[in-house]
Amino acid sequence: MNLYGIRAIYKFEMARMRRTVMQSVLSPVISTCLYFVVFGSAIGSRMGDIDNIAYGAYIIPGLVMLSLLMQSISNASFGIYMPKFSGTIYEVLSAPVSYVEVVLGYVGAAATKSVILGLIILATAKFFVDYDVLHPFWMFSFLVLTSITFSLFGFIIGIWADGFEKLQIVPMMIITPLVFLGGTFYSIDMLPDVWQTVSLFNPVVYLISGFRWAFYGVSDVHVGISVGMTLVFLTACMVGIWWIFKTGYRLRS
Amino acid sequence: MQPDISVKHLSKVYGDGFQALKNINLDIRRGEIFALLGPNGAGKTTLISIICGIVNLSSGEVKAAGYDIVKDYRKARETIGLVPQELNTDSFETVWDAVSFSRGLFGKPPKPSHIEKVLKDLSLWEKRNNRIMSLSGGMKRRVMIAKALSHEPQILFLDEPTAGVDVELRRDMWEMVRKLRESGVTIILTTHYIEEAEEMADRIGVIRQGEIILVEDKTQLMTKLGKKELRLHLAQKLDKVPGELTLEPVELSEDGYELIYTFDSQQEQAGVARLLRTLGDLGIEYRDLQTRESSLEEIFVGLVHE
Repeated sequence: MNLYGIRAIYKFEMARMRRTVMQSVLSPVISTCLYFVVFGSAIGSRMGDIDNIAYGAYIIPGLVMLSLLMQSISNASFGIYMPKFSGTIYEVLSAPVSYVEVVLGYVGAAATKSVILGLIILATAKFFVDYDVLHPFWMFSFLVLTSITFSLFGFIIGIWADGFEKLQIVPMMIITPLVFLGGTFYSIDMLPDVWQTVSLFNPVVYLISGFRWAFYGVSDVHVGISVGMTLVFLTACMVGIWWIFKTGYRLRS
Repeated sequence: MQPDISVKHLSKVYGDGFQALKNINLDIRRGEIFALLGPNGAGKTTLISIICGIVNLSSGEVKAAGYDIVKDYRKARETIGLVPQELNTDSFETVWDAVSFSRGLFGKPPKPSHIEKVLKDLSLWEKRNNRIMSLSGGMKRRVMIAKALSHEPQILFLDEPTAGVDVELRRDMWEMVRKLRESGVTIILTTHYIEEAEEMADRIGVIRQGEIILVEDKTQLMTKLGKKELRLHLAQKLDKVPGELTLEPVELSEDGYELIYTFDSQQEQAGVARLLRTLGDLGIEYRDLQTRESSLEEIFVGLVHE
């Protein structure tokens, strides 16, 4: 195991986060806070409770999840796309590191950033909305698991992308709608039957539902299913990455 | 002694069907400077990229420092440093961070004293805290060399190291390469500048259309393939080459004041003596004479255009 190699990549990526703290930390924190102000404090006070939870508090898990997914994907995809774009990837490819070590370095750093970001958002939310965490261990586990899973997903996107546009497409055009329609702002029980069924094909529903369960003990689907679905997605991403390195897809000709 | 790089029956076919390398066999000895010459697209970079692990091989076997580059890739790669042709550097990192990163990536524990030495040797020490983007092209090239040397490699690949570099920096680099060789590092360089190979290489390999067409000791190559030229400045103008000399490869310059005799450097004595004797017999006087050996460049052009 080339521990120095993993550490070098990890440190390099964390240094990138410190340099881009405005973009990778401050901007998602501010935009999430705006949701808390508008939907939590302003409109939320006129909205009814959902599952006996004040509306402002109800949307917290979904909004944290939104930032987590977006940032995990964009951090990890940029992390591996930039060396490809600038050509410095030659060094990683010629180094005595296995692909597992490369992934540990890049994805580990991206997931770390996301976890830190998630915790910062949760801390700032306290200023706007009153909420409690019923199962802190599970809340943190979901946070970490989701960060890792979507950082892996981002890593795949970063390798697949051959232009900056493609880096943006997946988070903006796929993840954002999935999160908005995945029960961030409502319980899927509130939808007509047909749309409830459709919603069950949205993987983000399971993430948000499980995460909300960790906060308030209520969920749209059973928490076991949420954990299971997250693990399924995690495994799918790992298989994808294994395939990429096995075939050299867009890395080694 | 086992070669530092051993390439056996190496072929590479890219995904689009293009065969970049055809059955390459090549041994590079420990501690030598080996220059790989070839026209654009001959396969120089592909060969280097395969040895360094950037491109997958299609068939054949490559060993670096005795380790198979596929089965034993960690050990093989630890011994190799690569300075690629393109000027690909990070932008926002400082010189120090970038070079330290490379050392870690290659699995070596931090050793600031070594990084300091490398930076000082490459005249980068003053710039160690500068961001790479603020450096000139020549300085960036030095950073790439520093990165390649950060993990104390046994084998160093320099792919067109002095492309687009000014004369002074080129001289500096030659000096640096010589010092590295003195310290026991094996150096493989590809170059377009024949002058560079002529100046530095111990052995020369020529690659053409994916095939190694020649590997030869530099001095032997120059003796074997080198042509010598004898120019005689005549006291009086001649209208044509005298009939007695037409058996020899002798030409007359346009102005009629110079006789040019081309000969293989290995058979020089007999031919030159015979020519001069004949001139004496004919009473043709000459004021001056000079000989010139053909450069590696002329040899090279001759080879790749065969």
